[in-house]
Amino acid sequence: MSMTKIAFAGALGCAVLAGSALAQQALPIPPLQHAVPSDGLNAAQMRGQDVFRTTCEHCHGPGRGMPGTSSLAVKYQDTAPAIPALIEERTDLTPELVEFFVRNGSGAMAPYRKTEVSDDQLADLAAYLSRPRP
Amino acid sequence: MPMLPPGISQETFDQALARFREAVGGDNVYSSDEDVALYRDAYSPFWGEPEEKLASAAVAPATTEEVQAVARIANELHIPIYPISTGRNLAYGGSAPPYSGSVVLDLKRMNRVLEVDERGAYALVEPGVSYFDLYNHITERGLDVWIDPPDPGWGSVIGNALDGGGGWTAYPFRDHFGAHCGMEVVLANGEVVRTGMGAVPGSKTWQQNRWGCGPWVDGLFRQSNFAIVTKMGFHLMPRPEAFISANVSVQNDQDVIPMMDTLNLLENMHQVNGSTGLGAGFGGGGAWSCTVPIYGPERVIREQMAFAKAKFEEIPGATVNVGELIRTPLTPEQYEQVRLVNFGIPNLSTFAMLTRSPMNPNPAGGHIGFSPLIPRTGEGLLEFRDFYRDNLEEVTQGENLGIVGPVFMTNWERSLVALIMFPIGRDVEMNRKMRAAFTRWVELAAERGWAEYRSPVAFMDEVADTYSFNDHALRRLRETLKDAIDPNGIISAGRYGVWPKHLRQT
Ligand SMILES: Cc1cc2nc3c(=O)[nH]c(=O)nc-3n(C[C@H](O)[C@H](O)[C@H](O)COP(=O)(O)OP(=O)(O)OC[C@H]3O[C@@H](n4cnc5c(N)ncnc54)[C@H](O)[C@@H]3O)c2cc1C
Ligand code: HEC
Repeated sequence: MSMTKIAFAGALGCAVLAGSALAQQALPIPPLQHAVPSDGLNAAQMRGQDVFRTTCEHCHGPGRGMPGTSSLAVKYQDTAPAIPALIEERTDLTPELVEFFVRNGSGAMAPYRKTEVSDDQLADLAAYLSRPRP
Repeated sequence: MPMLPPGISQETFDQALARFREAVGGDNVYSSDEDVALYRDAYSPFWGEPEEKLASAAVAPATTEEVQAVARIANELHIPIYPISTGRNLAYGGSAPPYSGSVVLDLKRMNRVLEVDERGAYALVEPGVSYFDLYNHITERGLDVWIDPPDPGWGSVIGNALDGGGGWTAYPFRDHFGAHCGMEVVLANGEVVRTGMGAVPGSKTWQQNRWGCGPWVDGLFRQSNFAIVTKMGFHLMPRPEAFISANVSVQNDQDVIPMMDTLNLLENMHQVNGSTGLGAGFGGGGAWSCTVPIYGPERVIREQMAFAKAKFEEIPGATVNVGELIRTPLTPEQYEQVRLVNFGIPNLSTFAMLTRSPMNPNPAGGHIGFSPLIPRTGEGLLEFRDFYRDNLEEVTQGENLGIVGPVFMTNWERSLVALIMFPIGRDVEMNRKMRAAFTRWVELAAERGWAEYRSPVAFMDEVADTYSFNDHALRRLRETLKDAIDPNGIISAGRYGVWPKHLRQT
């Protein structure tokens, strides 16, 4: 699909919304969906998960409109053994690899400056994304 | 070692860094290669080439007082500085300065939402506050006001407005600079100025009246390099009760003329306030379409839509499909279906246009946009369509560069921007071709009396050159102001084509 089409589909999307009897409710806007629960995480991993949820999840979360996740799904579509598109579900990420990508970026993902993700936060993030799995 | 600011000795620079460290704390001055490299523009069309613009260091103050201290030191030692807010100006320069060797003044740490007044429907924020931050602040407190996010939600409410950015809800809120009300700025000599009613001690109307009394100066700080902005007020939209949109299509090229006239009439009457999407008959002749989004109370917008529908149906052959009315706040189901920025919800889904997809498994990664303002009429659209079609071959020298466009944007009232996007990656040869094509579009557009509303850093001089009435009288006026306000020329040299005296080429 061309970019033009994507942009137009975005702009037009709201006009063709289907659905009915949408009663007004005082609902808060639903938060982002989380791929991984917080159970069983140690303190550093928990802090790392927080950083992930505020900084990375908008692109690497599950659900609709997640450019990091959808891009990685294409990147690893033919890989065996399979690599999950959700980076939180991966077991192959080392702390060094996480640090490398956050400070160097990848494709459309621009690197993060230290005023955005500090070295301490990055260490937590790396601990979270490389946490040993049972 | 990162580069030195041109003309500054190592000794002076070391002295500057030492004094910056004293002013903001050692941890908040970045001078190693590794840390300074984080300020490179990830979407630079000059990536890895000698012309790529690079910083010499970065300083991250946390308060207005610290900004003042940094400005005073830089002014005394003639160190060029480049203020950024969240520094996510991707496609227009990222966080890299237009003048290599500048010290980036990174205001990301100044991230306090100072006030959100629900009754007055306004906010006062610091530069590091992102659209996500402001949205979270508002939703956590259950305030009944909307923000107007641009497509990327991680940007700065202030930085985006200062670069001339726009969003996707109702007018006037989606014109981000236009929706601001009151500023606090730090001048090159370290002096703090508040504009509008903010200049009145004890005033409680800073975010209510943007003009105050006497010459209005706020416009001087948009797309400029006259000061460092440390606070800015913004008008917010009270949550609209509902939203409705229609899709209008017409069958023939010539029908786009009455279609645009009708759309303009409705907008100029303020009966349609949403950001219309224009669909173009680019296959050569044929259907054009537009959306007609309206925000407001349910009963009112149903009537407005009926009025709009009848107006569009006066065009022979026009079809008007009115969509389902959507009440707010959105339900979880609706949340999954709508384009979130149209509902004031920040997100980052827009980056999907740059990432891998089944159709495009190896994209370039970044992009830059050429975005001239063209007349907002059907004739204007047809002329641009033909212009693009007739010149594409010459501009790209017959090669498929993956240029995408045009996308028509109507974020600013009464204006129409025709955006052409150029993929930018790490392939130097391809980037060169993109630059040549970009430059050619700028020249060709200028021949028609069209010029850009905003520019990537790499093309700011070229774009500024097209605003050339009376032998560049506007540029000379801007230079006169620059010399008066920032006589040592330390702030954002070269931004939007305004250079300080010592760097001007005559
Ligand atoms: C895929 C994609 C989609 C995009 N969609 C949109 C869109 O819908 N709407 C839109 O407007 N843009 C869009 N952009 C462009 C851009 O990314 C955004 O405008 C972004 O908000 C700008 O970055 P920022 O907010 O971090 O501002 P910053 O980078 O912080 O600031 C921008 C510039 O303003 C100046 N500046 C910033 N703060 C100060 C200050 N305090 N004092 C003095 N000068 C200052 C600096 O020169 C700085 O470089 C898009 C880009 C991409 C890649
Ligand atoms: C703007 C959207 C966006 C954000 C925000 C974002 N990323 Fe990414 N990320 C991407 C994209 C796009 C890729 C590249 C995917 C590809 O190569 O197909 C990527 C790639 C990666 C990769 C490399 C995976 C691989 O195997 O190639 C890692 C690791 C990563 N991101 C981690 C993070 C972390 C950690 C954060 C938060 C600090 C983050 N990302 C924030 C979009 C984003």
